[in-house]
Amino acid sequence: MLRLPKFRLEEPTDVAGAVALMSEHGEDAMIVAGGTDLYPNMKHGLFEPKVVVSLGRIAEMRGIEALADGGLRIGATTTLAEMAQSALVQERAPALAQAASLVAGPQLRTMGTAGGNVMLDTRCQWYNQTHFWRKSLGYCLKKDGTVCHVVAGGRKCVAAASNDTAPTLMTLNASATFANDEGSRDVKIDEMWKADGIWNKEPGRGEILTSLHIPAQSKGHRGAYGKLRDRGSIDYPLFGCAVRLDLDSEGVVEDADVVCVALVARPLRIKKVAETLRGKKVGTESFAEAAKEAADLADTQAKPMDNIPGESLYRRQMVPVYVRRTLQAAAEGKGPVHHV
Amino acid sequence: MAARDIHGPEAPWKEFQVVGKSHRKIDGMAKATGEAVYADDIQLPGMLHAKTLRSPHAHAKIVSIDTSRALALKGVHAVITGADLPIKYGVIPWTPDETALATDRVRFIGDEVAAVAAIDEDTANAALELIDVEYEVLHAYFDPREALERSEPTIHESRKNNNVSKHVELEFGDVDGAAETADLVVKGEYQFHGSTHGAIEPHCAVAKVSPEGVLTLWSATQISHYVHRALARVLEWEPQKIRVIQPCIGGAFGGKSDPFSLEFCVAKLAEITGRPVKMLWTREEVFYAHRGRHPMQLAYRTSATKDGKITGVDAKILIDGGSYSSFGLVTTYYSGQLLTGPYDFPSYRFNSTRVFTNKPPCGPKRGHGSVQPRFAFECQLDEVAEQLGIDPIEIRRKNFHGEHTQTVNGQRITSSGYMECLDKVERGSAWRERHRQLPTGQGLGVAGSMYISGTNYPIYPNEMPQAGIQLKADRSGLVTVFSGANDIGQGSNSVVRYIVAEELGMDPTDVRVLAADSDLCPVDLGAYSSRVTFMVGNAAVDAARKLRAKLVAAVAEHWEVEEKRVRLIMGRAIDLEDTEKVLSTREAIQLAEAKFDTLGSTGAYNTPTLGGDYRGGTIGASPAYSFTAHIVEAHVDEETGRITVPKVWCAHDCGRALNPRLVAGQIEGSVYMGIAEALMEDHKVNRFGLHSGPSLLDYRMPTAIDTPDIETYIVESVDPEGPYGAKEAGEGPLHSAIPALANAIHDAVGIRLRELPFTPAKVLAALAEKRMSEGAAAGGAAAKAMAKKETH
Repeated sequence: MLRLPKFRLEEPTDVAGAVALMSEHGEDAMIVAGGTDLYPNMKHGLFEPKVVVSLGRIAEMRGIEALADGGLRIGATTTLAEMAQSALVQERAPALAQAASLVAGPQLRTMGTAGGNVMLDTRCQWYNQTHFWRKSLGYCLKKDGTVCHVVAGGRKCVAAASNDTAPTLMTLNASATFANDEGSRDVKIDEMWKADGIWNKEPGRGEILTSLHIPAQSKGHRGAYGKLRDRGSIDYPLFGCAVRLDLDSEGVVEDADVVCVALVARPLRIKKVAETLRGKKVGTESFAEAAKEAADLADTQAKPMDNIPGESLYRRQMVPVYVRRTLQAAAEGKGPVHHV
Repeated sequence: MAARDIHGPEAPWKEFQVVGKSHRKIDGMAKATGEAVYADDIQLPGMLHAKTLRSPHAHAKIVSIDTSRALALKGVHAVITGADLPIKYGVIPWTPDETALATDRVRFIGDEVAAVAAIDEDTANAALELIDVEYEVLHAYFDPREALERSEPTIHESRKNNNVSKHVELEFGDVDGAAETADLVVKGEYQFHGSTHGAIEPHCAVAKVSPEGVLTLWSATQISHYVHRALARVLEWEPQKIRVIQPCIGGAFGGKSDPFSLEFCVAKLAEITGRPVKMLWTREEVFYAHRGRHPMQLAYRTSATKDGKITGVDAKILIDGGSYSSFGLVTTYYSGQLLTGPYDFPSYRFNSTRVFTNKPPCGPKRGHGSVQPRFAFECQLDEVAEQLGIDPIEIRRKNFHGEHTQTVNGQRITSSGYMECLDKVERGSAWRERHRQLPTGQGLGVAGSMYISGTNYPIYPNEMPQAGIQLKADRSGLVTVFSGANDIGQGSNSVVRYIVAEELGMDPTDVRVLAADSDLCPVDLGAYSSRVTFMVGNAAVDAARKLRAKLVAAVAEHWEVEEKRVRLIMGRAIDLEDTEKVLSTREAIQLAEAKFDTLGSTGAYNTPTLGGDYRGGTIGASPAYSFTAHIVEAHVDEETGRITVPKVWCAHDCGRALNPRLVAGQIEGSVYMGIAEALMEDHKVNRFGLHSGPSLLDYRMPTAIDTPDIETYIVESVDPEGPYGAKEAGEGPLHSAIPALANAIHDAVGIRLRELPFTPAKVLAALAEKRMSEGAAAGGAAAKAMAKKETH
């Protein structure tokens, strides 16, 4: 078995305690919630924190709250299983519930958390490997090395954002609350990404995501998530797309949004989707045509690379297929789009 | 065949009492409750932990190794390198090309270079980082064709000017003549990729040396006996000073049937340090140890008459062996020798070449050497049927070789339930109503196969038994079986229990089994080539009948009746003619112990003389062959290329099911494994020679949700020489799952996939090609029609 490096585990019982510990230990400390991302990465020698601050005992960070205005507040340590099974989330943010239901497998979803999935480290076939493997390779740009094996001569890490829930949160116009030693601040999920695979988030590594806020959606809100992967469980996305449609009372599209993941370092919003779909009535031929056009937009804008496992050419072929199918599923109030 | 080995398939007492019924596995509850002791559960006082330093280069010379910094680390007890264990070994005695640790050359990324024993795993790991190795990197081969064509450098110095591991060319009958006179010749090139076993338990070994100088090795192995021999050879110890024990094992599938580096290393480290030493490999290391399915490039030419009779099969196969020989000599033979049933064809030729490459070594995975050619040939047969307009099941019936016959390459066939297998799956799947009649995107495919129940090739030539059993009975009423066999989850300990209980008329739970401990148990050659139920089962019948004779004699004497009146049944001895006379088995044993002194018996099995009269003719010559038929239903999403398999029907002729539940389990496991490697699993290296994903995340083994529903049918042809007529069930039912899937895909969407695995990308490419050729054909037809019009 791979060995987990030694570290000191701190288990504060409130956010203030966690912030104080992160502040005290600085770069020596890392945050853990469910541990389904951090611990395997530590076993691979990707991180060697001296102190790990667990959020597991902080009661205020867990749970799903229905807001009076129709929105949701989801505590960061709410598990993915809770989120996937929550009737509230299914009703108010269906794409998010669908995405949560497809993260990893059932066992991992009972440990993995809402916040953990947002904060997931980027992934790459040249990075998520053991120390022996990476050493044999000569390491890579993201960790311990200077060469990118995805892009010849690449100077910027292109490890892929692989969090299923992130694109759904973007379509939902959600924001995240971070606690740090200056207090707390809200960051729009839309604005929290950087095109840098080494650390693809604007908030610093020491900031603690405490909760997610999903504003009330339109009356005619529709959402769905589509996920491409090899197996019906366990695997990270080979491609993911989140869809939001806002329909008027007649079922005509007023606004639309498509955000994709498992492409580059940050989730990618497909441009001009709203223009394409606006005014189209779901269930009609013209909507189906527009969904195809939106899929073509995705095809020209989203270009899978050889960063994560799986043939990039095939993943590219699937971009328009999954975008179109997910738009269609959202229009019909269905989803997720997944092969099993 | 020795007279002692013929027992006949009949029940010992008219009707079977134990055999044929579903019983719990002997270790089922222990495994379910966590009580079972695996190698890694062993903790001994003062035990050290060992780790292996591995090569970061695919092919390199070792210029120097300096272990001094590692040795100086606090907590490190010993560091060994190739110089400490320089003697070469290999599971096949003719091709010893492995050393426990590299002596002067590394041949793949992950090859073992040095080993450290330390007070704990972390210290051992830290010490590995302190071993300084200087390498001179050599050209590495990842493509078997390049390895075949290029001779410098050679991967093994023993091979002069080439990288050929083994070449076999055999021809029976006139293959070229058959092709010339055939009504139809179908040719095709196929690629079978590599896959690995994925047993849930990683390799683990523990060694200790006792004060009187006995080395004990506990190892997760399926071949204790060959490990015993290899240890004696490499350590230069007398074999009687070595004890090899196989604890409970978490699956093997062929992946634990070589002697492995860690077994020698823990033994040597225990010898040096005087402390027990354990080594547990990581999952990544198991991927490097590999010994999985050989990638093969196969070219087939099948000749047939217009009524569908196969007249000739011609095969050329290039086998990618990876870095060492392992079982490669046998693999190369098996790639040709095992294709000659269940069909009769008068001419056959195969030309198989195994080459070395700088990748993890290949070896035997469930269906060793014959799964790949079976895939290619059963796809060919489907094409022959299609082109001749014959139903694919009918063409298989038409070419069936029958029972009690001989194959074109001289293998003796005894029982065969193949026709019944075809009948079962045909009916079960509603083939006649559904094949070629399902909506586009859905299809059914059929395929059949044959596999060995052990072979008469005992790896190292000797006249001694291939399997042995020893029984002990005493006045407590307990019968203990000492079995040499390696129970790797297939249930060999359960099988010997059922057999002994059957013969002695006992409750199976009063028969305990102690297995795979070389100090206590007679020799068995190991759990490979599906030999155990057949051979060890026969040895168990042999031993139990000898003990039974003693019990019957003692009881008859006690009752003063003829022996034929005494029957042992359900824990009692009864007099068939006098219902008043009843004794418990315990009382019968006590009478026998009084009459004959301490009670025991031994049993053994040896194969009869088998095989063709030519070099290699005994390799693949089995005392009995199992037969299988599969029908697979496949659904193909033409837009995503994704294949799903909602259902598989599998009928398997195992001779007689000693425990139907275990047989069904073997069939199901085989089907899962076959479909898994056909659709997902891919054991490969990347452009640097690094394993592309040595983890259970990146190596895509299907999860429960990805596996098909399976309908199993057990066919019992009752073999004349198997124990009660039993044959193998553990490997045969994998083979035809893969070609049946390929044929189902053709039925669904009209494409012939000849390159495994059947990824969605390949499906899309094949569909695009089909559309293009159809478009071209349509265009051509249109042009022709136009031309016709013009000339008119």
